[in-house]
Parts: sequence; structure tokens; C-alpha cells
Amino acid sequence: MLKIVGVKKTFNAGTVNEKRALVGIDLTLNEGDFVTVIGGNGAGKSTTLNAIAGVWLVDEGEIIIDGINVTRLPEYKRAKYLGRVFQDPMTGTAASMQIEENLALASRRGLPRTLKSGINAAERERYKEKLKILDLGLEDRLTTKVGLLSGGQRQALTLLMATLKKPKLLLLDEHTAALDPKTAAKVLEATDKIIARDNLTAIMITHNMKDAIAHGNRLIMMHEGRIIYDVSGEEKQKLHVSDLLAKFEQASGDEFANDRMILA
Amino acid sequence: MNIGSLINALPGACAQGLIWGIMAIGVYITYQILDLADLTVDGTMCTGGAVCVMMMLNGYSLPVSLICAFLAGLLAGFATGFLHTAMGIPAILAGILTQLGLYSINLRVMLGKANQAINVNNYPLIVSLRNIRDVPLYKNAIFVVLVFVLVIVLVLYWFFGTELGCAIRATGSNPSMSRAQGINTNMNKIIGLMLSNGIVALASALLAQYQGFVDINMGRGAIVIGLAAVIIAQVIFGKLTHNFATKLLAVAAGAVIYYIVIQFVLWLGLNANDLKLLSALVVAIFLSVPRLKEKYLNGLMKKGGAGRA
Repeated sequence: MLKIVGVKKTFNAGTVNEKRALVGIDLTLNEGDFVTVIGGNGAGKSTTLNAIAGVWLVDEGEIIIDGINVTRLPEYKRAKYLGRVFQDPMTGTAASMQIEENLALASRRGLPRTLKSGINAAERERYKEKLKILDLGLEDRLTTKVGLLSGGQRQALTLLMATLKKPKLLLLDEHTAALDPKTAAKVLEATDKIIARDNLTAIMITHNMKDAIAHGNRLIMMHEGRIIYDVSGEEKQKLHVSDLLAKFEQASGDEFANDRMILA
Repeated sequence: MNIGSLINALPGACAQGLIWGIMAIGVYITYQILDLADLTVDGTMCTGGAVCVMMMLNGYSLPVSLICAFLAGLLAGFATGFLHTAMGIPAILAGILTQLGLYSINLRVMLGKANQAINVNNYPLIVSLRNIRDVPLYKNAIFVVLVFVLVIVLVLYWFFGTELGCAIRATGSNPSMSRAQGINTNMNKIIGLMLSNGIVALASALLAQYQGFVDINMGRGAIVIGLAAVIIAQVIFGKLTHNFATKLLAVAAGAVIYYIVIQFVLWLGLNANDLKLLSALVVAIFLSVPRLKEKYLNGLMKKGGAGRA
């Protein structure tokens, strides 16, 4: 479903602020894979997702989604294949627009925007049904401006928008990190439910090692712009947080002491 | 001071205010919907009138001249949109560049003269300041402009409810979300800027006919008047208008109020040369209201010990 070959990205090349964010990423995801990604700050987790989404173009390498080479496609064209949820709840929705308008925008992802009506009655009914899955009471507030919702509600809505039109690949960039623990658990539960129901291929970045082990069928650890650990199936299920910490220590040496705080 | 002269001036202020209201609706599209400050309008507010008046002077019909004025506005908006999106120039600077270039273009259109007159007696003008009293309704300047306002509001209400219109609103509200939902934000910004400037050029064509001439400086400060109308609409009608169409109507009403206030201060004896300074001050004050409110309210909360961490 996703094939990344030799992707490299350097920011501010040739300046004092040069940052080699990705130094050669190779990754292949099969259909239905649900991969969790962990790693310290600056490991390149978000950068990898942004490279796939096309926020900027990569310096080297190829990105292929479901057989289509998207390496040179602009972000808005790749959106056709991707569902995305961001860390900041403000990023994923249009605050000045209504809940139903946001959903209508999302349901037209990858389609040309014509002069047909932006939303119709049949859609509204469909959105009501979909919103019920979130169990947040949003199904009765279709015309509420999204800016009035809480962070958790907005994040749940973004998740729904990302999956309203089945994406080839779902990209979750620490989408529960900014939420309180209870809301985070709820959003994570909804995530699991939707991924299982639609058999989605997904990549989820998380700072929480327990979550990384508990969710998905595969786990990737990143460090300094490369993938240093890739485990799946039964081996992943047997993992413990201590295993991951050991793995991380082995890979990063001295820096472990600093990063332990962040990872644990 | 004679109250009669003020009352006499009111119908004219209403008609002129409504024409500027159309312009303000154009400004609303960029300033509120797209979240861009587009300074092109200072140039476009002359371009439309120049194109319309010169074409009519050369024997073209009224509808053709109005449509060409609108098209000229679309082109001006495209220039700014292209400079901003394809060339990466900040929106404000892109607008200033187009506006500056338009000054020369406007002079060219007006055959090198800073002023071109058109007489309502010899040409079939759709609005004129002479047709404001003692004329049948369909000729009345206020009525004619009001029809234009209503039609434009209806068309925009429809347009911003379409898929494309929603995509443009999303672009202004949250560009990164829009791209993630497959919306071509650059193209939408260009479309929005074109539409806005087309409407401003149409207002310009109406204003030139209303006053019976086009002047190279008639657009100077247009953006400030547009912003004033948008802000007045928010302050006075903000709580009443939740629907998009009524918001646009409120903007037009805001421009009328602006012009009535202007008539009032002129009547009070203000030197007409000081008007622009007054406008700038009023808009500056209103634009700073949100910040001042925040500071003042926060101060109150701290005093009361109710401030949140």
C-alpha cells in the first residue's frame, strides 16, 4: 500500500541551521498494516509523515502509494489518497465553518470542487449516523461552528473527516498528545474502531510506549532520521516497555538519559 | 448650521454609501473570507470606472461597458493573486504592486488625462446623482444601486454555498487543513481575489456614472473605506447577522452609515481635506478594539483575582 525508498530530507541546507531530518528512510506497508511509530524528539517521525503527505518535496527517494508514484505531486493532489489527523486540534478543521460543512469538505477530498451545492440533505443524514460513532453528542449539533468545540471534540471530528472517504493510508501525527488522558483514550478507542471497521492501512505516531505496543500490528522506532527498529506480528505482541527502552538505549547510547524522560 | 442642508444631503449620501457598500462587499471577500488584506482595490476602484466611462464615450452600450469593467477587475485580481501565490510575494505587497501598476494603466485607459467626464444627458447612464429626487422609481439612484446590491448579495450567497465557494472559505479559514482535504489553496486564493476585484471594479463603474466623471484618484483610500464598512457592520449588526447573506447586507449598510457620518461631520464644519485623516483614525481605532478589549478585560480579571492560569 505504501512504499518509501531512500527518502532523504535536509532543512536549511548549507546554513548554520542545517538539519538532516531524514537520512534515508525505507519502509513498505502492506494493505491493512497498522503501524505505530515511536522515537525521541527530532527523530524524524513527523517529518516522515509530512514527507508522505507532501507538505514539502523530499530531496531524494521515492514515495509510492498504492502503486502511484506521488513523489512530485503537490500536497493537495496527494490528499486524494490520504487521511490525516494532526497533533494540534486546531490544525485539522476549519474553525469558522460548521461541523457539517467541515464534513462536506472532507467527503469531497480528491474530487473537483464544482458549482454544485456544497452540501445536500442526504449527506446531512449520513453525517449524523457517522457522528454517532464518536459518542460525543455532535450528531445533534451539525450546524455548530467547529471553533466552539473542545480540543477532544475537534480531534474526534478530524479523525472522522480523515476517514469519511476511505483513504489508502491514514496518517496520525500524535493525534492524542494534546488531549487530557480521558479524552485521549476515547479518541484512541474511536481510532481503533474505525481502522478495524474499514480495514485501513495506518501510521500512528505516539509518545506513549504503552499505546505503541497496545495498538496496531507493527511497531517502528526512529532515531536521528532513520528507522532503527521494526517489529511486527507475535514478536510485537510480546514486547514490553522495558524492551523498547533497552532497544533505544542500544541505538542511541549516551543520549538515552535525556530521552528516557520523553519516551517513558 | 442649517439642519435642512444636512437632510438634503442624506439621499446623496445613501446612494454613494450603497455604491461604496458594493465595494466593501468586495473587500469583505478578501479581508474576512480569504483572510488577506488586498490593497489592489485602491487601483481597481478607479480601473472599473475608467474602463466603463471610456467605453461609453466611445459608443459601447451600457451593459457591455459594465461587463468589461467587471472583467478588468477580474484581471487586476488575477495579477495580485498570481504575484502572491505563484511568485511567493506577501499578499499586502502583491496588492501594492498591482495597485501601483494600475495607476499607469488607468491613466492609459483615460487617454493620459487624470479626469474624464461623462454627461448623463448625452449617455444612457444607469445611475446619476441628478436622479435622486423627483424621478420615477426605476431611475432613482438609491433604488438602482440597491438592486445591484441585492443581486450581488444573492449571487455571492449562492456561490459561497457551492463546493467551490466552500473550498474558498475553507482556504481562508485554515489553509493547511484545506490542502489536507485536497483543496488547491493557491487557485482558490486567486479566484477569491479575482471575484473581489471584479466586484470592486463594478462599484467603481457605478460610482463614475453616479458622479459623472472618472478621476485617477477616486480609488485612493478605498481599502480603508471598505474596512470601515466591514468593521461598522460587525460592531453594529454583528449580533444580529448569523446568515452569510445578512452579513453581506450589513456590510453594505455599514458603508451607508459611514457616508452619512461623513456628511454629518462635513455639515458640522470639518474641512473636506481632513476627511482621509479622519477615516484613517476611525478605522485604526476600530481595528485596535479587539486588542484593547483583551488588555482591558485581562486587567479587570487580574484585579478581581479571577484570572486563569
